[in-house]
Amino acid sequence: MARKLLIQNDQVPGINTLEVYRAQGGYRSVEKALKTMVPDQVTEEVKKSGLRGRGGAGFPTGMKWSFLAKPEGVPRYLVCNADESEPGTFKDRYLMEKIPHALIEGMITASYALGARTSYIYIRGEYFYVARILENAIKEAYEAGWLGRNILGTDFSHDCYVQVGAGAYICGEETALLESLEGKRGNPRIKPPFPAVAGLWGCPTVVNNVETIAAVCPIVNMGGDEYAKIGVGKSTGTKLISASGHINKPGVYEIELGLPVEEFIYSDAYCGGIRNGKSLKAVVAGGSSVPILPAHLILKTAAGEPRLMSYESLSDGGFQTGTMLGSGGFIVMDEDTSIVKNLFTFTRFYHHESCGQCSPCREGTGWMEKVLKKFLNGTAQESDVDLLWDIQRKIEGKTICPLGEAAAWPVAAAIRHFKEEFLEVARSKKFVDISHYERLNKQYAS
Amino acid sequence: MKVTIDGKEIDVPKGTTILQAARMIGAEVAPPAMCYYSKLKSSGGYCRTCIVKVTKGSTANPTPMPKPVASCRTEVMDGMVVENFTSPEIVEARKGIVEFLLINHPLDCPVCDQAGECKLQDLGYEHGLAESRYEFERREFDMIDIGDKVKLHMNRCILCYRCVKVADQLTDGRVHGVINRGDASEISTYIEQVIDNEFSGNVIDVCPVGALTDKTFRFKQRVWFTKPVDAHRNCPTCSGKVRLWIKGEDVLRVTARKDQWDEVEEFICNACRYDHKKKSDWEIEGPSPVNRHSVISQNQYAHLNQQKLEQLKHQSALGFMKIDKKP
Amino acid sequence: MGAQVHGTQEFNESKRAEIEFSDEAMATVQKLISNYPEGKQKSALIPVLHVAQAEFDGWLSPEVMDYVASILNIKAIEVFEVASFYSMFNLKPVGKCVFEVCQTSSCWLNGAEDIIKYIEKKLNIKVGETTKDGLFTLKVAECLGSCGTAPMLQCGASYHEKLTYEKVDRLIDSYKAEGKRRSYTDKDYKNTL
Repeated sequence: MARKLLIQNDQVPGINTLEVYRAQGGYRSVEKALKTMVPDQVTEEVKKSGLRGRGGAGFPTGMKWSFLAKPEGVPRYLVCNADESEPGTFKDRYLMEKIPHALIEGMITASYALGARTSYIYIRGEYFYVARILENAIKEAYEAGWLGRNILGTDFSHDCYVQVGAGAYICGEETALLESLEGKRGNPRIKPPFPAVAGLWGCPTVVNNVETIAAVCPIVNMGGDEYAKIGVGKSTGTKLISASGHINKPGVYEIELGLPVEEFIYSDAYCGGIRNGKSLKAVVAGGSSVPILPAHLILKTAAGEPRLMSYESLSDGGFQTGTMLGSGGFIVMDEDTSIVKNLFTFTRFYHHESCGQCSPCREGTGWMEKVLKKFLNGTAQESDVDLLWDIQRKIEGKTICPLGEAAAWPVAAAIRHFKEEFLEVARSKKFVDISHYERLNKQYAS
Repeated sequence: MKVTIDGKEIDVPKGTTILQAARMIGAEVAPPAMCYYSKLKSSGGYCRTCIVKVTKGSTANPTPMPKPVASCRTEVMDGMVVENFTSPEIVEARKGIVEFLLINHPLDCPVCDQAGECKLQDLGYEHGLAESRYEFERREFDMIDIGDKVKLHMNRCILCYRCVKVADQLTDGRVHGVINRGDASEISTYIEQVIDNEFSGNVIDVCPVGALTDKTFRFKQRVWFTKPVDAHRNCPTCSGKVRLWIKGEDVLRVTARKDQWDEVEEFICNACRYDHKKKSDWEIEGPSPVNRHSVISQNQYAHLNQQKLEQLKHQSALGFMKIDKKP
Repeated sequence: MGAQVHGTQEFNESKRAEIEFSDEAMATVQKLISNYPEGKQKSALIPVLHVAQAEFDGWLSPEVMDYVASILNIKAIEVFEVASFYSMFNLKPVGKCVFEVCQTSSCWLNGAEDIIKYIEKKLNIKVGETTKDGLFTLKVAECLGSCGTAPMLQCGASYHEKLTYEKVDRLIDSYKAEGKRRSYTDKDYKNTL
């Protein structure tokens, strides 16, 4: 059985309460860190662990922490990014809902390492009920002395608050998140300066994903070196994967990085194969923004090696034949799926979520959606495929924040691997009633 | 700090942006800028027209930057090498940006007061494609009045945020801002409030397009039929240094003076802008400098006509058609 | 776009007096403000707008936004800028129960479109509309993080997942029987799976 470090106790009754969580060994990392380690030692262990950001970008966490500026007399903040909104991703919700103390414990331990007196958990507004669960957990933690003044009798004091958002994917971008946390529109900031130097209210700030922060606890408990032994190469440790789409067993799975993709899709321990005995057509492996891959390329690399669930293996071959681990939002599509229509839902999503600050994204995402709509109502020309390709190319890399890429990549990959399907749809001139979508757009416009 | 832009080197102080350095070298290397405004804090970064390629980060770290950067918001490093017009990739990318800025623009230049001094017209002409590939309906907004002097024609807006920054930095009670999001974003006031501040008229001058226009000038005259002269008065509120737009004996419009990058030199107050429309209110200094490529230079300046005459004389001397004879 | 968001000044002033938080809501607001350092009360804006929307009939009128601005000591336009940016804030009146059906990839793969059409037929309204009795508003939403339990809809704080037509019937019946306003801030959320 594969090792689990984050959600191993998710089925224990009452694990959402502090009492049961503690009985299962919870809050040990706080004890260990505060009583036996200086803050830099904690950072050192995280560095040794090789932990990489679990939100999608995969940046080494220890390195991110070491960039934090520490000027005298200026407060530093830890902000947890719980704005999970990437289509296909629901792992953070699962973790926070089932085991809220795993995040609170990580917040305290990580804040100790960073010297943050105060931390915030920014959670997407739609997860309001999860915010209630977190608030209850925080209340319990205060009552038991894990939060507040002089934790465990040490000099370390810490306050942790939850803030809800209000419906904006872009707030998952760390600087947009900070703007939102300051009570503003979720417009990404122009960098530099980076949050490590000037983040929340201009103070040095680290923004980490929920799963990243929760992973700090096992790292401190077992030591960075031990953690680094799990996984493969530079993909160390375990990862939560949100599996959805046409599979027998959708849900959240904790895997050791390096698990073969084929095993993940077909083993009964994970997705349990494709639903209704159908065959696999394509997979979006790391949330909607990563390139879609056809069945033959997701199961094996272009060189014929088995594809593994790891940062390196999934990106093997670059965007020509590979993809990214991303947020771990694993969307599986069976043989009957229309790649064109799926792409339309993605593109509509990015159009809806563009903040509107910079011109390529503000104008380009809507344009791509309109062109794709032509494929749905039977009015597309074959040349529209080239037009789509050109629009995405002119968005990619030209925007303030990565939403431009997030919107461009799915379009590029769908055309790269399924161009014939687009051309076929264009040639067939098949009319599909899309008055439905027109109505939806009206709602958005109001 | 030494920086090389399109093969031209210049020494600039620390903290200078690539765009500022390029402007110091000259117009031949300066990227176009639609949202950046040197007189406004934290402006720029939105329109993306000023993107450039950094092929060498610095002497200390020569790694090229992976993506094009907004030159208005990127500081130079010592030894940095930048490509602007010399990079085919940037020229191509900029065409894309211009196309994006234009797909929802109404292209109503024939009825737009900004025509002739519109930065988007210039941008499209100099850096855009000859035709648009956009075939869908353009988004439309209702026109609104921001007080009795300023008309907001949102269809034309490119969301440069300059007017919002003017209100934030020059006035004490901002009442307009950007509402909604994505391509539904619009500049709007909070439930039709009036911008009521003695510097509010400057939003008109900073607007690069015809989104914010002076209602006291609206539809009065094409700018190229008016003659700009620099003038001043003793004003208790602002510097009183303005530009008058004259037709015959009438002052049709008062604006701030603008520099060669089309930026306001000194912001002016509403009293100067709206309440002094007689020549006798002003000490006239002389004709304003006008870029010779500008349509505003047409019809105006004798010396230009003189140049033309000289040229024709020259041609005549070489045996071309006589100038006093029409073909 | 455009005109509908602009009310008139007079309307704004005349309605103003009626807007005031209950003691309980005010206590919540004060607690929210205290989560941030002194002088950073604007940070509480989004959570406070949630409280306001729940308190004042499920939407944010210009008067409510004015009121929130006065409590946080910020400009009204700052409230409007934020309220109009985020999709969970309603700037027009809505029904007591707002059904937000997710329509992004995984939900679509699992039949979200059929669910939307079914609800439209069942409630006899189109997406974006409210039933005549003012009980239900139907909206669509982008990915709500419920992809493994698709299709789904959110109503107030509650997530209703693995939707079927029968389940939609039951949900509508139970919300009808309950007849009360459902808000994101509800503590008595009732998720169904």
